[in-house]
Amino acid sequence: MRDVYIIGIGITTFTRLEYPLSEIAAYASMGALKDAGVDKVDYVLVANMGSARINSQSALGSALVDSLSLTPAGAARIENGPASGASAIKDGFMAVASGMHDTVLVAGAERMREVNNLEATDFVATLTHPMAEYIYGVTLPGHAAMFTRLYMAKYGVTERHLAMVAVKNQNNALLNPNAHLHQEISLAGILDSPEAFTNNPWVAEPIRFFDCCPVSDGGAALILASKEVAQASGRPMIRISGIGQATDTLAVHERDEPTDLMAVRLAAQQAYDMAGIKPKDVDVAELHDAFTILEIAESEEVGFFEKGKGHIALEKGETAIGGRIPINPSGGLKGKGHPVGATGVAQVHEIVTQLRGDAGERQVKKARTGLACNFGGFGNNVIVSTYVREA
Amino acid sequence: MAVDLEKLLRTVDHPYPPYPPKYMTLASGETLVIRQVTRDEVPTLLQHVAPLVFVERDYYDLVAARVYAELLGWYHHRVQDEYVLVAQIDGELAAIVNGRSVNPKLGMSLHTLAMRRGLRIGAHAFAAKMEYHIDTLGQDEVLIVAESPIGFRRWMIEYKLEKRFDIAHELGGVPSYALTRELFDRARDSLVVGRRPVPEDLLAKAHEAILPPKDPPTPPADLLAATRAKYDTTGSALILQRWAQERSAGDA
Repeated sequence: MRDVYIIGIGITTFTRLEYPLSEIAAYASMGALKDAGVDKVDYVLVANMGSARINSQSALGSALVDSLSLTPAGAARIENGPASGASAIKDGFMAVASGMHDTVLVAGAERMREVNNLEATDFVATLTHPMAEYIYGVTLPGHAAMFTRLYMAKYGVTERHLAMVAVKNQNNALLNPNAHLHQEISLAGILDSPEAFTNNPWVAEPIRFFDCCPVSDGGAALILASKEVAQASGRPMIRISGIGQATDTLAVHERDEPTDLMAVRLAAQQAYDMAGIKPKDVDVAELHDAFTILEIAESEEVGFFEKGKGHIALEKGETAIGGRIPINPSGGLKGKGHPVGATGVAQVHEIVTQLRGDAGERQVKKARTGLACNFGGFGNNVIVSTYVREA
Repeated sequence: MAVDLEKLLRTVDHPYPPYPPKYMTLASGETLVIRQVTRDEVPTLLQHVAPLVFVERDYYDLVAARVYAELLGWYHHRVQDEYVLVAQIDGELAAIVNGRSVNPKLGMSLHTLAMRRGLRIGAHAFAAKMEYHIDTLGQDEVLIVAESPIGFRRWMIEYKLEKRFDIAHELGGVPSYALTRELFDRARDSLVVGRRPVPEDLLAKAHEAILPPKDPPTPPADLLAATRAKYDTTGSALILQRWAQERSAGDA
């Protein structure tokens, strides 16, 4: 296999965007092409979960190459639920690593705010088991609530720990100009004051409003390239050092231990093995905190902390910017936003930004190795990838 | 003669009791003070409302224009029994809500205009307005309409308002919804918050000056794109145009 590098990155603001989905993908891609200093690529992959359903647009890959005048490059849309972004990166990686292509544009885009919040929640819920979960009305906040309840009972996680994740990530987002939420929050305001539970009401007990990521529009893009192309580009040499992917049962209740995120653990192990590194070697991580509990649970499953101890590390500030292993300096899904198809790509956008040393006020010092965890379904399809700066 | 005519045009307000100010902690940790304003403060409010008339997002243009007119009408004594509450953070104007009394038993909610978003400030200010009608004025119910989807979610859905479709609301003559005392009592624990009395220093700061909003709603970045998005889902032309502009700027 050939080494694969990321030589260009681009992103839109994550917010409500008032232009069409293909333009969202195009703006992010234009940023990546410009950053890489290239105006053509061999292949285009667009990660997206819901364009046909909520934007009345299918074949997004074809729309993107046309919008960018990249024809006749090959193009395709990749749909793999919330893990679509990392799935597209993985496919792009394989396309370059195999020698089939030298440059691949991997974009992710979603325009979820074209529909109202009820439709958006229902659309995301379509990733659940159709007969065992969806028809009974389960939603992702509902899943997260049941998972959180079990986690609280088994490991002693409290509402305070969840709120600490929310405050950390949403306040990190204040340092990220592309983040959806630019509103400071505090433990007093969402947990401790007499007004806290009106400010921060139940969504699905014990999940509260500020435990949930926002519904966002947004796009992100990467240019993947072979070593020769990367060297010629003159851009920082950020190599994709490892990629792992694992799946678990579609219906969560079929798992022996629902609090065990096996797919995260296995995907991370594959990525570490491929990269030849250990969890302790990671300097910065972007984890899939669609709900605050997921950051805690994933931080354990990727090996940063012992199972059941993630919330203790959080309490000690180990996951803050400046901590032992900074998690979600971008603001994460919680603060930066979660346009589902774009999320996996945006996570890597942040890792590359960090490894280049371009993250400004949220820069993690001496970051050389990064990790991203893109969590699909409710842990049923997970991709973990690692990155290293070579020069 | 002119003075006599003004007497005919001018409303004579009933002596309704004032709204007792309250304060609360927001999700940000900042303290919000909600208080009633006097007519003398209207010119300052108008200055802060005026820019929002041009914000074509979430019906801010419509709501701001109507609030502007209602404030002006109240200032010139052309609206009967209107009141205005403001929400402030360290003096900064964060929301305006207003309404009026139709009679001692019936209130008419007019508008809720939030200048800071993402902290439930509009919802807190609306709750204060309902508190004024039901608790302070002792009215049986308040007639309400929404002019934006956000308003509909906040009022009609969160408070589970009753339909009063046989009554035309003063805003546009559309069918009314109503908040009854019973509905308000049900909502108290979850939606109506705040503490009294307001510490003197906080209240003094609020009265000292109504400062402009620090982070008011802004218009969409690209009005053309916002409009086109409704009709065109390919966007090739705009992208290529932008790209060409960018390249020519780069060449220059």
